[in-house]
Amino acid sequence: MATQTKQQIEEIEAFEAAQEIEGGDVVLIDTREPHEYQEAHLENGKLVPPGVLADEIAAAAPDKSARTIVYCRSGNRSHKAAEQLEALGYEDVASMAGGIVAWQEQGLPVVAASGMSAEQRDRYSRHTLLPEVGVDGQLKMLNAKVLLIGAGGLGAPTALYLAAAGIGTLGLVDDDVVDASNLQRQVIHNTERIGTPKTQSARLTIEALNPDVNVVEHNLRMTSSNIVELLSEYDVIVDGADNFPTRYLLNDASVRLRKPVVSASILSFDGQISTFVPFEGPCYRCLYPTPPPAELAPSCSANGVLGVMAGTMGLLQANEVLKLVLGIGEPLIGRLLLFEALSTRFTELKVRRDPDCPICGPDAPEVPESELGKFPDYELFCAG
Amino acid sequence: MATVRIPPVLRAQTGGQTEVEVGGADVGEVLRALTAEHPATEEQLFGPEGDLNRYVNVYLNDEDVRVLDGLETGVKEGDTVIIMPAMAGG
Repeated sequence: MATQTKQQIEEIEAFEAAQEIEGGDVVLIDTREPHEYQEAHLENGKLVPPGVLADEIAAAAPDKSARTIVYCRSGNRSHKAAEQLEALGYEDVASMAGGIVAWQEQGLPVVAASGMSAEQRDRYSRHTLLPEVGVDGQLKMLNAKVLLIGAGGLGAPTALYLAAAGIGTLGLVDDDVVDASNLQRQVIHNTERIGTPKTQSARLTIEALNPDVNVVEHNLRMTSSNIVELLSEYDVIVDGADNFPTRYLLNDASVRLRKPVVSASILSFDGQISTFVPFEGPCYRCLYPTPPPAELAPSCSANGVLGVMAGTMGLLQANEVLKLVLGIGEPLIGRLLLFEALSTRFTELKVRRDPDCPICGPDAPEVPESELGKFPDYELFCAG
Repeated sequence: MATVRIPPVLRAQTGGQTEVEVGGADVGEVLRALTAEHPATEEQLFGPEGDLNRYVNVYLNDEDVRVLDGLETGVKEGDTVIIMPAMAGG
């Protein structure tokens, strides 16, 4: 009798399950115990332990006609669960042969909650203790890819804290070398590294701080011809550029690629920061339709900047990045936050989407894939 | 009287003042009162036609005057007008 039932249940191999999951519209049920699930499970696998299957399956899989794949550790419990599901009226159920063991043997990915090593559990314990972060949140950070435009004033503190937090991949874009005049604020560099490329200096500091972080050096100047390729590898972009052409170019490319940008700038004793999430809130051009003329756009090298401004605004950027990666809190979308160091005053201004925005407005031209990497010459378009 | 907050790039034109108290019934009048007191700010705020330069953002309290009534936006006693140009320093 048992063998007869066994023949009735559809059994699929792990690779077949993977293909179906990839194709979408599959309900994935993990029928093991919670501690096994905690250790490792398939992405989007819903935990329904065998003992409570009859009671809890309706919540996990409300549609009885939907394709439903059940898995367990090695394929036995999932087979029994599949029988139970068919008896409950589920019409299209399969059990994954060999379970998660076979799945992992094929090199297919799992969400490993305790995919953290003992060293990592220790290192990130003050994060994982926070209910808003937890092990899952820390894993999100370890899997996140963040690109920093500029490894200078803003980029230095941002990179240090993102690295310490365990952001798994940090890309650094900068074509400059460390100069003695940087060291009053660019704390990721040091005296010995004067003359060293900033990306390399930052990488050495980060690697000494946290070996979990994969630092990708982009020792180059971001231009209209390389920006699309650069941005497409990353989840979140941090704008700490020191010139307007780069800021406008970054905005236009990030809107096209729908990448969120955490943007800050500093000058003398003042700083400003906002988070631009394309089509969810305004973009940089909605806030600043055109760049100011050169005489109204001095640089830190011409006007000076209080060193701590880089730290203050850079860490506000890091805070925004972590919230975006974790999906918690309220990012500065549609809000411009000003900080004045001399009066120690924060001011929040509203930023609206501009209905006439040439980049993200409703009448902005559609950009075909072939035109994605083509941008006007921003060097000529405004004076840095 | 309204308080006008002066951004760092304009402080050379206001003798280093970070805030200026001026009168005016709307944002345009307030800014004109500022330029009357500190004439060097005029060409940076206004274009030749008398319009606000497009690269200068002006807020009444926390709202961009572009989404209010522009220079005609009414100003009440105690309001703050913030001049905020883009900054690129990083």
